[in-house]
Order: sequence, then C-alpha cells, then structure tokens
Amino acid sequence: MKSTAATSTWFGARPAALFGASGAPVLGLVFVAILFGILVGPHFFRPANLELVARQTAIVATAALGMTVIIVAGGIDLSVGSVVALTTVVIALLLRADQGPLLAAAGGVAAAALCGTVNGFLVTKLRVVPFIVTLGTMIVVRGAAKGLAGERRLEAPGTWLNDLLRTLDPGRGLLVPAGIWLVVLLAVLVGLTLSYTRYGRHLFAIGSNERTARLCGVPVDRDKVIAYAIVAALAGVAGVLQFSRLSVGDPTVAVGLELDVIAAVIIGGGSLLGGRGTVIGTILGATTMAVIAIGCSQKGLPNWLQEVVTGSIIVLAVALDHFRQRSGAR
Amino acid sequence: MMRFEMRGIRKAFGATVAVDGVDLAVASGEACALVGQNGAGKSTLMAVLSGALQPDAGTMTLDGAPYRPRSPLDARRAGVAMIYQELSLAPHLSVMENMVLGLEPSRFGVIEWDRVRAIASDVLARLGHPEIPVHAPVETLSVAEQQLVEVGRALAVGCKVLVLDEPTSSLSRDDTRRLFELIARLKREGHAIVYISHFIEEVKEVADRIVVLRDGRVAGGGPAADLSPPQIVALMVGRNVDDLYPHAERRRGEAILDVDAFGPASATFTLHRGEILGIAGLIGAGRTRLLRALFGLEPVRQGRVRIGVYEGPATPAERWAQGAGMLSEDRAGEGLARGLGVGDNLTLSRLDDLGPLTTVLPARQDAAARTWIERLGISTRGPRQPVGELSGGNQQKVALARLLHHDVDLLVLDEPTRGIDVASKAQIYSLIDSLVSASDSDRRPKAILMVSSYLPELLGLCDRIAVMRRGTLGPARPVSEWTEHQLMMDATGTA
Repeated sequence: MKSTAATSTWFGARPAALFGASGAPVLGLVFVAILFGILVGPHFFRPANLELVARQTAIVATAALGMTVIIVAGGIDLSVGSVVALTTVVIALLLRADQGPLLAAAGGVAAAALCGTVNGFLVTKLRVVPFIVTLGTMIVVRGAAKGLAGERRLEAPGTWLNDLLRTLDPGRGLLVPAGIWLVVLLAVLVGLTLSYTRYGRHLFAIGSNERTARLCGVPVDRDKVIAYAIVAALAGVAGVLQFSRLSVGDPTVAVGLELDVIAAVIIGGGSLLGGRGTVIGTILGATTMAVIAIGCSQKGLPNWLQEVVTGSIIVLAVALDHFRQRSGAR
Repeated sequence: MMRFEMRGIRKAFGATVAVDGVDLAVASGEACALVGQNGAGKSTLMAVLSGALQPDAGTMTLDGAPYRPRSPLDARRAGVAMIYQELSLAPHLSVMENMVLGLEPSRFGVIEWDRVRAIASDVLARLGHPEIPVHAPVETLSVAEQQLVEVGRALAVGCKVLVLDEPTSSLSRDDTRRLFELIARLKREGHAIVYISHFIEEVKEVADRIVVLRDGRVAGGGPAADLSPPQIVALMVGRNVDDLYPHAERRRGEAILDVDAFGPASATFTLHRGEILGIAGLIGAGRTRLLRALFGLEPVRQGRVRIGVYEGPATPAERWAQGAGMLSEDRAGEGLARGLGVGDNLTLSRLDDLGPLTTVLPARQDAAARTWIERLGISTRGPRQPVGELSGGNQQKVALARLLHHDVDLLVLDEPTRGIDVASKAQIYSLIDSLVSASDSDRRPKAILMVSSYLPELLGLCDRIAVMRRGTLGPARPVSEWTEHQLMMDATGTA
C-alpha cells in the first residue's frame, strides 16, 4: 500500500483517485506496449501509429468514462452499446431533416441522456438491480434504434461531424484530431468531478456502502439518477464519434461494446463491487485494449488470437489487483 | 450419563476474552438453560460447541469420546446441531429437501426420492407434526413450522445434542407452547437440549437446570425449580458500577428533542441540552427501530416528534441539517464505508466548507480529519487510510467524530461501545461525558440519546433511563431510581 502514500502533490491531489490506487494499469499498458514494440518493431511507436491507437481508443474510452462513474457508485450500465447505436440513428435523422451538425449531435446526446435518466428512475424507484434494468433497456433501446431507422442504415449528408476522428492535414496545429481532444477534455472533467466535488465524493460513498451514505444524508436516489444520465450522455458522445467514423446512422453498430467498456474500467482498477475506480486507470485500460488490437493486426496475428490475449489480460489484471490488495492490507 | 461435556473452554477475540474457562455438561434427556446478559459469552460458548469457532483452550467430550469439531458440518455429523434465531433454511426448497440438504441419500449420484420422503415423514411423525406436507416449499410455512423443519433437519442426521438459540423470540404464545411440548418429546427420546433465552419465566418453565454466564465465566446456577427469577437476575447482573464513568457537572438546558406517543414504540419523553437519556432493553426489543424512526431511516407510524424547532418526521439529510446526528449500531454494515479513507468517512455528512462552490479540496478535507484524529487520539496512518484497516475502537471513534465534525446538538447513539476494547471504551465514555458537561463555557452542552445493552454503561453515564420491552418504551426515570437488577427485571418482564 506504499504506492498511495504520495502526500505532497499538487493542491493536495488525490493521487489514489486520479492516478489509480495501484500502478497495475500503468504496468499493464507498458507491458503490452513493449511486447508489441518488440514484436512489430520500433515503427510501432511512430506518431502516426500512436494516433491510430488514440483514434481506436476514443469511442470505448468515452463510454468508459461514464462507466467509471456508475461503477464507482456501485452500479452498472449494460445499455451503452445500444445507446451508441441509437445516437448515430438520431444524428442521421436530424441531418436528413436539414438540421445543422451541431444541433444533430446535441440531439443525439440528449436522446442518449434521456435513456440514462429512464435507467436511473427504474433502478431507484422500482428497486430492480441495475444489471437487470440495463439488460432490459439494452434490448429496448436497440429495438427503438432499429425502429427509428426503419431497420436499415441511414445515409446522411456529409458535414464536419465526419471529420472528428479523421487524420489532420499537416500544419493544422491541432496535433491530433478534434475528437481526441474532446475525449481528453471530457476525461479531465469527469476525473475532476469524481475527485474534487461533493457529488463525486458522494458517488464513492454510495458505491462503498450505500447504507452509510443514507445515514449521512447523501441524496442517494437523486445522485444515482444523475449518474445514470451521465453514463448515457457520455455514451451519446461516444455515439457522435461512432457516427463520425461511419458517417451513417447504423442501428446495428456497437453490439457488445458495453463489455469492452466495462473491461476498460476493470483493467483500470475499477471494482464491480463499487467504491473504486479512476479515470486515468480507465483511459489506460481502454488504451491497453486498443494497443493489443492494433499490435495484433500489424503483426498479422489472427483475430482469434487477439481476442484470446485481450480476455486473458482482463482476468490477469483483476487477479493481480486482488493479490496486491490482499498482500497490501497487512 | 453426560451426553456432552465442555471443560475449561476459553475463547478470546483480540484483547477481548469472550469465554474464560467455562465448564458445561448436559445429560441425556436433560434440558439445560443458558442465560446471561448480552455479551456474557453465551453465543461464543455455543459457537464453540457447534464447531463454528475453535476454542483457544479447553476440551470437549461427546458421549464420553473426545469431541473436537472443525466446522458446523463436522459437529452435525458428530451429532451436535445448533438452531439459530435466524432460520437457516433454503426458502424455495421443499420441507423434505431442506431436511436432507447436504446429506441426500443417493445412488450413483441420483437422489433416491423415496428414501428422502420416508426420512422426512418419519421425522415429522416423531416431532408430532405429521400434518406438515413434505413437498411444500419452506417459504409457505409459518415461522413456527419452519423452526420445526429446522429441528427436524437436525434429527434427520441423527443429532443427539440440540442447541436452541432464542427460539421463542419470533413465536406467538401458542407456538411457544407447542415448542415446549416438542422439547419435552425430544427429552424423552434421550436428546440433550441447551436452551438459550432472555426470558426468565420461560427458562424456568422449560429447563431442568439453569446455568448463568457473566463476563465469560459461569456465575452460578442450579436446578430450575430451586432458583427464583430475582435470584437468576442477581446472578446475571452480579457486580457494582465501577468508576470507569466520569461524571462532570451537568446543567440541564432547553429541550432539544420532544417525542409524544411516537413511532414504533409509542415513546414519550423530552431530552434537554446537558443531559444523557439512556434506553435499556434486550436485543430485538425495538430500541434500534425507535432511533431509526427518529432519524428518518424507518417510517414513522404514529405520534409527534420535535427536534429543536422542527416539528414532524424528516429524512436523514434534514435531520443532519436540523443539528441531529446518528451513530449506527452496525459499524461495518452501515456506520462506515470501510473501503473509503478516514477523512472521507469523517466528513461525509458535511462536505461543504471544504472548498469553493461544491468542490471538496483534499487538502482541506485532510486538515479537518487531522483535527479529529488528534483530538480523539485515533490511531491511524493518516486521513486517507481506509477505515476498514483500523481496529474496532478506532473505527468507532471515526464514526463518532463524524457527529463532532458536523457539530450536531443532538447525538443519537446506538450501542456506542459495541465490540470495542476497554481502553477505547473509557475514552469514548469521557468524550460522551465532556459533550454534555457544563464546565466548558465557550461551548453549549449537547443532548445525547443513547441505546446500550450494557447496563453498567447506562447507569454510569446517563441522567435518566427508560426501558424498552417487546416494542414499548417505559417511562424515563432518573438514574438514581434504577439499579442494574431493576433494569434487568423490567427488560425481561420479571416484574
């Protein structure tokens, strides 16, 4: 437990909350990066390749930011994949109705946030466990997306939305695509909220022991509804990025995305029991998975091997973390 | 002949010695009652007998042969079964499935249902209740019937020693009567019965012999017919209040809490600044429910309540805002978020003032926590150490410090010293006393409402005490009018 004892940091930072309670996520990423650096060769670390990693990471990472919030609060949201699909459909519909790209994107995110609010109310009012509620809404939202799109992909007129994750022409000064900056900005925002606001500390308390939170007067139900809205809104932003990559509204996209997203949080040190999770860890987790995917494909390794490696890393990361925790707790 | 014998049994948890050299023997066909105050060591002793705990010292024999169970299952196989207050049946399974659970008769891994049915019907007949359907899911039965199934489960595997822990606490009069008949039946079959209960009249009725435990030792006992209820209570209580309890000068101020025919216990009392009101009673008498209803953690059924100037029921958040704070009896399950740091736990009810707008700056949170760590002498590596890593006494100080950090006027304390070491107890006593004392002129004294199962503590700290019995709170009387003996008589209904 020595790693958490960094006391003299900037404005009394919470290194544990911001940078991961253990170094495990960092070690994991360094390990896979070096592994593929050796396998693929030094050109694996070319700027262009790193940008590829960042672009690959962006969608999972954005949704995983929200998942971190809900997992910290002791919940889960299985509907994020479906919400991403719904968002792409809503954006395409709005663009086809001659709305501007900004309004279309905002409309998509708003639709997503609405789904999350419904999840939140179902969890808190019906007292049904989040796993079941969001399993249900995962199917419902997927169906709604298909219904809205008339069970097909929706072509949409081209706008700047399609350039969010596109590699920039040299000399534009942005360094990486705007979409990546958006993810970075959101990560900082979510990280600061979790670590440095009353709301964030309440979420940790709810996730760690909901009864304690109630005893201490934390508005548990309200905070949870907001958390589910945040997860879904961030899934909506992931949906905007997804739309940017596809440039069509596709109700069948992002099937199973929720599992990648949850995996990113878990690799990053989040606990499904609640009360633990960090933004930095989550981003590292999402990046680790992207590095494995890109490394495998550049090395020409088959897809199945990539899946075997990713799955093993998830289990290994969590097992290692538990081992460290047990040995660390005197 | 003695069915089982325990000799010199000792069991300690850390620094607390729960059972200290106890001898207990019960003959075949005998029912022996084990009585004592909460925390006297009854449960620990029986946990040793039933294999749930391993003793630090002492020996046991069963039918003359050495007996040393490693687990409850081990004990059950040897013939010792414990019937707990909370029934441990699988509610969705049928009566007969529950009876053979874990020991199903089978051939090549396939359960022989005919034999299962035969075993269950046979056991129910022996218990005198052949009318209970062996196919019925256990959850469809009444509590009394479920208890019967539990006893039947023990008999089905051939148990000879049955320990019944507070078996009547959730039973009606008629069901209690039937249980006593059942116990008589078991005695005739040659079983040895250990019967744990708080209700002294009941104990006298059902047991042949009574053994009284106090502070982990045998305080006395004898044939049930020879002991009168006051004699039993005297053995349970035993000793005098020592001077562990500081009592600075107190001056009664204005009324802070006023309840009238309130809530689940139809409680009526008024609590003032500079005063500690204690609530005595047995576990399960409804004391915790009353406190929780006051604090908005359980619905209020009836009556009036006023805290300060605020009339009527309120949510926990509102109670905190009104200047009331509560300490939960369940430290691990409710009082503290064990995974979070000392600082997070301590400041949780009041995270404002720790940063601009709605922010919480860790530096300020740590500083606030350090103040209390220092003042209460909490031994911890620092404000960010997870609370679950601290000792029980230090955890309790963190939970109490939350109320002090919030600076509440009314402290509602549920079992403030449960499960902590003597040194921490003494510190908490002097802290509680200082909160209501009039000596500190720049601080107004607080008001404290306190539930405790430990009578010396109530008598030592409180100004007035009321007794809760079977869900009803009696009148609050000055502490000078109470003795430990009288409190126990009131709590057990041995008036």
